[in-house]
Amino acid sequence: MLEIKGLEVKLEEEDKQILKGVDLTVEPGKVHAIMGPNGSGKSTLSYVLAGRDGYEVTGGSATLEGEDILEMEPEERAAAGLFLAFQYPVEIPGVGNMTFLRTALNSQRKARGEEEVTAPQFLKMIRAKGKELNIDADMLKRPVNVGFSGGEKKRNEILQMAMLEPKMCILDETDSGLDVDAMKLVSEGVNALRDAGRAFLVITHYQRLLDHIKPDVVHIMYDGRIAQTGGPELALKVENEGYAHLTAA
Amino acid sequence: MVTEAKRTGAEKLLAALPMPGYEGDQEAGWAREARAKARARVLDAGAPVKRDEYWKYTDPTPLTAPLAVAGEVSDVTHDHPFGEVAQARFVNGAFRADLSTKPEGLAYIPLSDALYQDLGIARTLFGVLEARGREKVDRPLAALNTACATDGLVLQATGTGVLHLAQDHIGEGASLLHHVIRVESGAELTLLESGTTANTVMEVDLAEGAVFHHVRLQTGERNPAATHIFARVEKEASFKTFTFSTDGGLTRNEVVMELIGDECSGHIAGTVMGRNKAHIDNTVFVTHDAVDCESRQVFKNVLSDGATGVFQGKIYVKEGAQKTDGYQISQSVLLTDGAEFLVKPELEIYADDVACSHGSTTGSLDETALFYLRSRGVPQAEAEAMLVASFVDEAISEIADEALADLMREQVEIWMASR
Repeated sequence: MLEIKGLEVKLEEEDKQILKGVDLTVEPGKVHAIMGPNGSGKSTLSYVLAGRDGYEVTGGSATLEGEDILEMEPEERAAAGLFLAFQYPVEIPGVGNMTFLRTALNSQRKARGEEEVTAPQFLKMIRAKGKELNIDADMLKRPVNVGFSGGEKKRNEILQMAMLEPKMCILDETDSGLDVDAMKLVSEGVNALRDAGRAFLVITHYQRLLDHIKPDVVHIMYDGRIAQTGGPELALKVENEGYAHLTAA
Repeated sequence: MVTEAKRTGAEKLLAALPMPGYEGDQEAGWAREARAKARARVLDAGAPVKRDEYWKYTDPTPLTAPLAVAGEVSDVTHDHPFGEVAQARFVNGAFRADLSTKPEGLAYIPLSDALYQDLGIARTLFGVLEARGREKVDRPLAALNTACATDGLVLQATGTGVLHLAQDHIGEGASLLHHVIRVESGAELTLLESGTTANTVMEVDLAEGAVFHHVRLQTGERNPAATHIFARVEKEASFKTFTFSTDGGLTRNEVVMELIGDECSGHIAGTVMGRNKAHIDNTVFVTHDAVDCESRQVFKNVLSDGATGVFQGKIYVKEGAQKTDGYQISQSVLLTDGAEFLVKPELEIYADDVACSHGSTTGSLDETALFYLRSRGVPQAEAEAMLVASFVDEAISEIADEALADLMREQVEIWMASR
């Protein structure tokens, strides 16, 4: 699904290398988790994959189902099936949540040469998905993320994911700012979307999210590289021992 | 003392235009008197020049070229989005009865008739609010209008009604219109305005508890234009004006509002969308002269290429105007390099129990928000349009009528799509 080879990235503004050769392959149907200390390059990886400005790829490649995504615009990557759930979802006053989502959905469908969904079809879809995620109609009517609580914002991200039906979902610190109940709700949303054709890359500081979203593979990122890869037990080890063993090595 | 150059400029401006009240048919006595006083105000103030503090950001030269009145035109189409609303039509500074329709619940007559009659509101208001508007700052282009305009709308609203004021200026030359509006106690007037003239003055007098909504469109290619709205707001009355301005060459909009009755409110808002050589100036002067009044100034500017946006906004709180609530915000988004936004907010306060705030920002569209939208599959141009719509919404939300606000939102979309 997602194949990253020797990815090297530096900040455009300053001559600072952030990613120093990331190798990572995520297979369809799998959930991979990336853990790692602050500043190890986890969020940079998610931004570079989604196509945010301000980063320069100095080496390596990233492909989604064999297609080079690094040359694509962010909207083209989205249409190709990539989705990034933001750590801090952006508030957009004056733009209704529904308008936003319908524009996004139809833009993607148009880019893929599919028929656009009509307003009634869309309404039916969003009501059904909203119900599954415990998102009330009022939240759908409000401007994008404006006045939403931390939990509501993250649920809104998952709702977008459910509506857009991406193949490759990247969750950037989705657990940050969530209490236990909210985290559970969000995790249930993610778990409901797991299927054989869809892969997840879950970026997190803490093991606790991985209690709810059970990963198949856990990677530890350190100093711009994948330093260690293992099964779910690796996350537990980090929880107990921290990252000290990496620094020592 | 006015300089020789300003004085000569004023004389030239007056000489180029007709001298109604003096030449041709004799206007009513009150009109001739108002004309003479206005001529004196023009000469006292002199023509505006770039060196004037009030014209620091806008070079008035295109507005002070002495021009003769533009000629008559027969067939004119007037495009507008306001739908089926009764229209008062003016072309090149003259009322066109043949193109106008009668509104329900409202009666108006053209100024060209009123000037020859002893009509109450024209007599008591014509040039009167304009003259009051120079208490702190000279407004010679408005005085020039009072001295020389021969037509406009004279409207006294006693009930509830809607009227569309449709104006055209075709070809070279000057076109002046002078509107006089009085909304009586308990009445509610919605005035929609589109098209332009070279020089418009609108005097609006709101009686106790009167309600006035004004939505104005200034779009498309047009001649340099100076507009003035002078408003006087009585006790518990509500004055609201919103202007949507795009492109064009030079547009200078002045709104001068006096809140003179307790517990009244006045909101002045605008959305500016300019590109290329557009220069759009919104200059607002709000005077609080009563207790417990509220005023808001909300201006949003979207500028690209070589366009310039100007906002000069003043809140002047007179002695005794306690419990004043004054708010002012002017913001701009620069879509490209080369655009600029020039701002001068001012507060002058002589009462001690007031709350006045002002703020101004200039920047580009939020990169993070843009990325957020694009990461969901929204193409760049549409993402920008969504963020612009979001940015201007605070100003458009000042329009009380939701359907009218939506019409303005559509105008924003049209402009963004035409980029």
